[in-house]
Amino acid sequence: MTLLTLDFFLALCGVVLAAVGGLIARDATHPQRWGSALFWVLLAVAIGGGKWLPPAIVGYTVIALALLVATKRVGAPRFVAREAAVLEARAEVLGNRLLWPVLLVPAVAIVGGLTLGAVKVGEFVLVNPKQVSQIALALGCVGGLMWALRLTGERPLQAAREGGRLLQLLGWALILPSMLAALGGIMGKAGVGEVIAGLVATALPVQFPLVAVVAYCAGMALFTILLGNAFAAFPVMTLGVGLPFVVKAHGGDPAVMGALGMLSGYCGTLVTPMAANFNIVPVKLLELRDDYAVIKAQAPFAAAIWVFNVVTMYLCVY
Amino acid sequence: MIKLLGLFLIGVGFACRLNPLLVVVVGGIATGLLAGFSFHEVVTMIGQYFTDNRGMMLPVILMLPIVGLLERHGLQERVAALIRRAKAATAGGVIWFYQVLRGVTSVFGLSIGNHAAMVRPLIAPMAEGAERTRNGQPAEPERAEIRAHAAAAENVGNFFSDDIVVAVGALLLIKAFFDNAGVEVALSDLKLWSLPTALWVIAVGWWRYRRLDRRLKKAADKKPEEPS
Repeated sequence: MTLLTLDFFLALCGVVLAAVGGLIARDATHPQRWGSALFWVLLAVAIGGGKWLPPAIVGYTVIALALLVATKRVGAPRFVAREAAVLEARAEVLGNRLLWPVLLVPAVAIVGGLTLGAVKVGEFVLVNPKQVSQIALALGCVGGLMWALRLTGERPLQAAREGGRLLQLLGWALILPSMLAALGGIMGKAGVGEVIAGLVATALPVQFPLVAVVAYCAGMALFTILLGNAFAAFPVMTLGVGLPFVVKAHGGDPAVMGALGMLSGYCGTLVTPMAANFNIVPVKLLELRDDYAVIKAQAPFAAAIWVFNVVTMYLCVY
Repeated sequence: MIKLLGLFLIGVGFACRLNPLLVVVVGGIATGLLAGFSFHEVVTMIGQYFTDNRGMMLPVILMLPIVGLLERHGLQERVAALIRRAKAATAGGVIWFYQVLRGVTSVFGLSIGNHAAMVRPLIAPMAEGAERTRNGQPAEPERAEIRAHAAAAENVGNFFSDDIVVAVGALLLIKAFFDNAGVEVALSDLKLWSLPTALWVIAVGWWRYRRLDRRLKKAADKKPEEPS
């Protein structure tokens, strides 16, 4: 029997999102009032109710969300920030206390992540060990929110309003990562990865040891760019190219190959819009105009790290 | 080969700058239909995968009300004021420090934050504050560049030093994969061979952020002096 599950905190997320939708519905000045309100309320249902709803209902809800976005019914109003003088004055009054709620979140996440899994009374387990890090983070957020409310003296509804301001900056980008995970799952079931691995293996002269290494690392990066997820690329590329050619044909060390292969996949993650939670969500969160601003900043990193991985693998794997 | 058509559609959609969410939904449905599933089956799969992966959104949804509330009471201004006391700090220096800190904690399998919890409330305002002290108020392109690099530091610090001491994620996946494939691999070897790249990434970061600082300096020198 588990006392705290992730579903409980996801239901809490649903409450936050429903409040955001409700506030939009009451805001007559919102430029896309009803479409946006519907978007956030539907999302509240899909996230908060997800586990208790039949998957087909969630699926059609998600498609409705995509259609609302595609027909441009969802938007964010222009938010007017408080005057700089007011903000400076508040910063002066509250001082470093403003930082504590933000720092509490990772502190609880780390300490809780290490300890919560071990708490049990009889047959009651506090948290499912598989969810412990996410639950610890969620607990940190709840604690941080209570501290922030107390510190600022605001009402919970104001927290929903301010959260809504930032969530609306994100808009569709918020659900893109989960949709990409769904896409990856469908592609896995459809067997797309095997086709790609086969293409790489037949198109290149992998009988040369160097070519095998380059093909494997390039395949990891490329496949990750296409799917946005190095974890999905790893089994496919390693079965299709890594094991048959680097390890079996040329006698490479699988540990060297596996570790550096995964790290080559991450180089792909750095340059693909398909890794939306890493590359697109921060663009919206930081209010950057260019959707590719983060990817552009990361591209030189990706190139330098990928070349290093290939050289290291070639020198050490055989 | 026909299975790749969905992927091709996604590539075309991204290239035409269509809305990414729409592109991904259409690509997913196309891939499922081409693999022989019915429309209803594909939608059900989308719903199931969405539900299984909706935990990814939790840190953002629960964190943003905290950040928004504190920003309304001067969080960004306070962070910028703090960094102003450190006279030697540069935007690139702050960002590099965060990348290394993120990497060093990640070595132990710990996550100290993400874009919503650390970069937006703390790291980006700190880097911008350092730049203001050093070269004056940055113009919009420079400001965007500082922010993009702060976001990059979070990703780079997060990805490349996973699990080297305490394995919790990627290395366990690699080990499990090799076990299933019947290939013998020691977890300690995987950890060892992750180390060179982790060190290299710190060096690449140092080079990238030093370049950022130089570019910022140049941009500030070009700009005529103006009273702030």
